[in-house]
Amino acid sequence: MTSGTTTIEVRRLSPSTSAIAITGDITSATEAPLMDAYGRASDDATRSIVLDFSGLDYMNSGGIGLLVTLLVRVQRQGQRLLAFGLSEHYRQIFELTRLDDAIGIHGSEAAALAAAGV
Amino acid sequence: MTTETGQPGSNPTEAAPTEAPPTEGSSNIPTASNWAAPVAHLEVGAVPTTALNLNVAGRRLAGPVQGFGRLWQKTYRVRLTGADVTPAAVIRTWKERFGDFWPKGNHFYGPLTSLQPGEVALLSLALPGKMTLSTGVLVIFADDESFAFMTPEGHQFASFITFSSYADDGVAVVQIQALLRASDPLYELSMPIVAQRTEDRFWNDTLRTLAAHFGVSDAAVEMQRVCVDRRRQWRYAGNIRQNAAIRTTLYKLTHPRAWFAHRGDA
Repeated sequence: MTSGTTTIEVRRLSPSTSAIAITGDITSATEAPLMDAYGRASDDATRSIVLDFSGLDYMNSGGIGLLVTLLVRVQRQGQRLLAFGLSEHYRQIFELTRLDDAIGIHGSEAAALAAAGV
Repeated sequence: MTTETGQPGSNPTEAAPTEAPPTEGSSNIPTASNWAAPVAHLEVGAVPTTALNLNVAGRRLAGPVQGFGRLWQKTYRVRLTGADVTPAAVIRTWKERFGDFWPKGNHFYGPLTSLQPGEVALLSLALPGKMTLSTGVLVIFADDESFAFMTPEGHQFASFITFSSYADDGVAVVQIQALLRASDPLYELSMPIVAQRTEDRFWNDTLRTLAAHFGVSDAAVEMQRVCVDRRRQWRYAGNIRQNAAIRTTLYKLTHPRAWFAHRGDA
């Protein structure tokens, strides 16, 4: 799905794990496509959602808030939220905002999948 | 998810879009310098003589992930109809004079020039019952059309709060959007009784004062309150140990002279 300067794709990595790849920007304007992507990524068998930030260009404070909202939805389903592909700059922003307390940050897709138990 | 929309003290109105659309041609392109660097614990620099440095230095930041109560997204918005001002000019003024637009009895001790990412500001907030809350915020993000704060442990709310302005049909719109949980069970208990209303009145008055600064008198402030998560995070109930309202009150009782000297100009 494409919205403005953001493209979001969903991939099934295993029966229990899906990836949401975000290319472009994450701002509060990304809410509808991101939540739609989560709806497609999640089903009864899904235990982990992996966010792929390899194509992330820009995230502002509204985008951080959006990730908190996504985290709430994921946790409500008893799932885990993981991430990989963050640049050093955005890793620091996750650290600053303490999102990394709740979202497992990994260096690669393989590491995220290993953490997800795949 | 629960949604309430309306003007504080009035009947609900139709919800407006919650996001501030980007402005074409603006310099609103984030760089590393738009964000604060990570901080393990807050450090406070030079403090004005009237400010009380309490409940901030040494504290960690606490966002909605680390809070206790229900998660709320609260949006306050005012249109500067008739004002000949750009969103960037609104934000520039707001960053330079942030505390000047606050309701009487509340004090914001920020930098003398303009808010910048990484700066810590001390706050003295008037609570109901003549109580005072000494706490602070860190500026986590700032660009030409927005800036955002994050709160420290002990603050009433574990939150992110973003202040922004954007153009809509040729009119500058000013928006405050907070994503917050009450920090601990005591604060959560006060939410339906006083905290929600106090918070709403605070930002309503702030936006009306800001609008008046730009020549818009009696501006109507829209408010939208959405409960994003009704669950309470009991693993953070222990946050009450850091409760800044309790600690401020204890300080007031045990250090009356120091309190008097640092009571702001209230």
